[in-house]
Amino acid sequence: MAAIQASKSSTPLLKDELDIVIPTIRNLDFLEMWRPFFQPYHLIIVQDGDPSKTINVPEGFDYELYNRNDINKILGPKASCISFKDSACRCFGYMVSKKKYIFTIDDDCFVAKDPTGKEINALEQHIKNLLSPSSPFFFNTLYDPYRDGADFVRGYPFSLREGVPTAVSHGLWLNIPDYDAPTQLVKPRERNTRYVDAVMTIPKGTLFPMCGMNLGFNRELIGPAMYFGLMGDGQPIGRYDDMWAGWCTKVICDHLGLGIKTGLPYIWHSKASNPFVNLKKEYKGIYWQEELIPFFQSVTLPKDCTTVQKCYLELAKQVKAKLGKVDEYFNKLADAMVTWIEAWDELNPSTGLANGSAK
Amino acid sequence: MSEISINHDEVDIVIGALQLDLTSFMEEWKPVFSLFHLIIVQDPDLKGKLEIPAGFNYDLYTKSDIDGVVGLSSNAISFSGYSCRYFGYLMSHKKYIIAIDDDCIPAKDSAGNFVDAVAQHITNLSTPATPFFFNTLYDPFCKGTDFVRGYPFSLRSGVDCGLSCGLWLNLADLDAPTQALKPELRNTRYVDAVLTVPSRTMMPVSGINIAFNRELVGPALLPAFRLAKEGNLRWETVEDIWTGMCVKVVCDHLRLGVKSGLPYVWRKERGNAIESLKKEWEGVKLMEDIVPFFQSLRLSTSAATAEDCVSEIAAVVKEKLAPTNPVFARAAENMLEWVKLWKRVRTQ
Repeated sequence: MAAIQASKSSTPLLKDELDIVIPTIRNLDFLEMWRPFFQPYHLIIVQDGDPSKTINVPEGFDYELYNRNDINKILGPKASCISFKDSACRCFGYMVSKKKYIFTIDDDCFVAKDPTGKEINALEQHIKNLLSPSSPFFFNTLYDPYRDGADFVRGYPFSLREGVPTAVSHGLWLNIPDYDAPTQLVKPRERNTRYVDAVMTIPKGTLFPMCGMNLGFNRELIGPAMYFGLMGDGQPIGRYDDMWAGWCTKVICDHLGLGIKTGLPYIWHSKASNPFVNLKKEYKGIYWQEELIPFFQSVTLPKDCTTVQKCYLELAKQVKAKLGKVDEYFNKLADAMVTWIEAWDELNPSTGLANGSAK
Repeated sequence: MSEISINHDEVDIVIGALQLDLTSFMEEWKPVFSLFHLIIVQDPDLKGKLEIPAGFNYDLYTKSDIDGVVGLSSNAISFSGYSCRYFGYLMSHKKYIIAIDDDCIPAKDSAGNFVDAVAQHITNLSTPATPFFFNTLYDPFCKGTDFVRGYPFSLRSGVDCGLSCGLWLNLADLDAPTQALKPELRNTRYVDAVLTVPSRTMMPVSGINIAFNRELVGPALLPAFRLAKEGNLRWETVEDIWTGMCVKVVCDHLRLGVKSGLPYVWRKERGNAIESLKKEWEGVKLMEDIVPFFQSLRLSTSAATAEDCVSEIAAVVKEKLAPTNPVFARAAENMLEWVKLWKRVRTQ
């Protein structure tokens, strides 16, 4: 078995500070491949779909598992904000976690190899990304300046070189790329074979499509913003859960002076979902996103929103006011956003400390 | 790797010669440079005759040519040192210009293949840029990749690319303090990506390995910002950083894109960071004022061309920065002179 301890560099394991959240309806066989890297950590498994089904967890993992009955029991009427029959239910795992960091991964994502053939410890890279600062205010052409072998380039102001805390680490995927349904239909055989050896901060003021397949974040810094919306059963849309969370998270990170990184690590995405099924789920989203993007690009949060929760509630207000007219769905979503924060605060009572300075 | 068929008549390669013997530089680049028209400009402060090997199609400009066009008044822009290449831009009539420092040779990619930097720059410039939304799979127009799920469809046609910023293996473009602190640090990481730098995001544009669409942004690549003790090592200048900020503001305003990433060139060992530290410290300090200034700069809707934009930027520099340091006042004057010069040369 490969050594569990982090390799050559002294990246801390954070084994008591990090939970791995995995949504699943099938099985967790994929964990066998991840065992050398995941075994030290506590897993939170969120079982979607039929709660009477038993999910088999491989031996030797320390985990807690929640199915729909558990979610209903724990949240009561607030359970309405958690999606059913969609991997968006994973955000319940973020809510019940007590750890500082979360790593979430899909059950069809396996260990990838780097160009030298070495197996990639994706979790270790996410930890590196999260423990080093981000640089959102000025683009560094040599990418992440805090990585080994890199630095800030000539012209980068020294006053900006301390960076800001990193809230999110967005990893990528080799093999099956994260394309939308139309692109999948046009290019069913395209595979991502390009290993781009870079991590970079997404600049302030720039939105991006956040994929939830291979994602790490600092729960203490940004957790309440990671609500994956209303998808799946009874909802008019799917496959926009992580997108929605990503846009809200980016706006809030920009406001609070936190950073989001993208790039390494890669995982190997093995399963191509059915593009026709996807098209049905995404269809409305493809049109709606044309309204959503200008909304998020122009949203401003008042200076007195100094916590993630305050920012999020303000966002919910603005969603209702400005997007309610696009579709009734957004009124429901805005309400669900509020319910989410109420549920989050109930399960995570805190002193409500400001976790960033509003910019 | 590029699928673009290159029209060689649309390209000029501009070489600013800061050393007399260009033989090894040009021989290294011969497989690529021999296919294009070159504009070689000799640094007016460099005395002597340039050594240029046979087998190239080029026009050479020296101090007397520069003086002939620019004139000798005290207001005249200085084309000394790295700024000599801007004279080459002025003389060009082509659509695309590629400029590489004369201490850089072709790089090899991770598979050991020769990197055709010119082809990659032209590919970057002739495919759309995507500045309004970040694509996590980098350049979506590259073969084997595309826009990711969640990328708005209305933004997928992209915009024209105005500037292509390449990178450097071996000696990276670090400033003197950083290189002095880490004398062994060399860039060995080949990052196989091109990406569009988002709109309104500022960046340090290095002049070592760049290319641009002269028809779209030509006037914005200008010789304006000279340090008092500017030297002939990149560590001793920030002129390209200033110019790059102007170009980025112009591109953002005109809804053009700026790409960064491939191609790499191999930058040879040269100079001593600690020695340069004395000269370039001023530049490092001035960046603290320059960056916030450009980050907040917004141009008026009536600025519809690169010339208009540059004139407006110069006016704001004069108003806001010039009072703080004479180097800014001089920069503003140079920018206005440059626009006049550019227009005059165009009409001749």
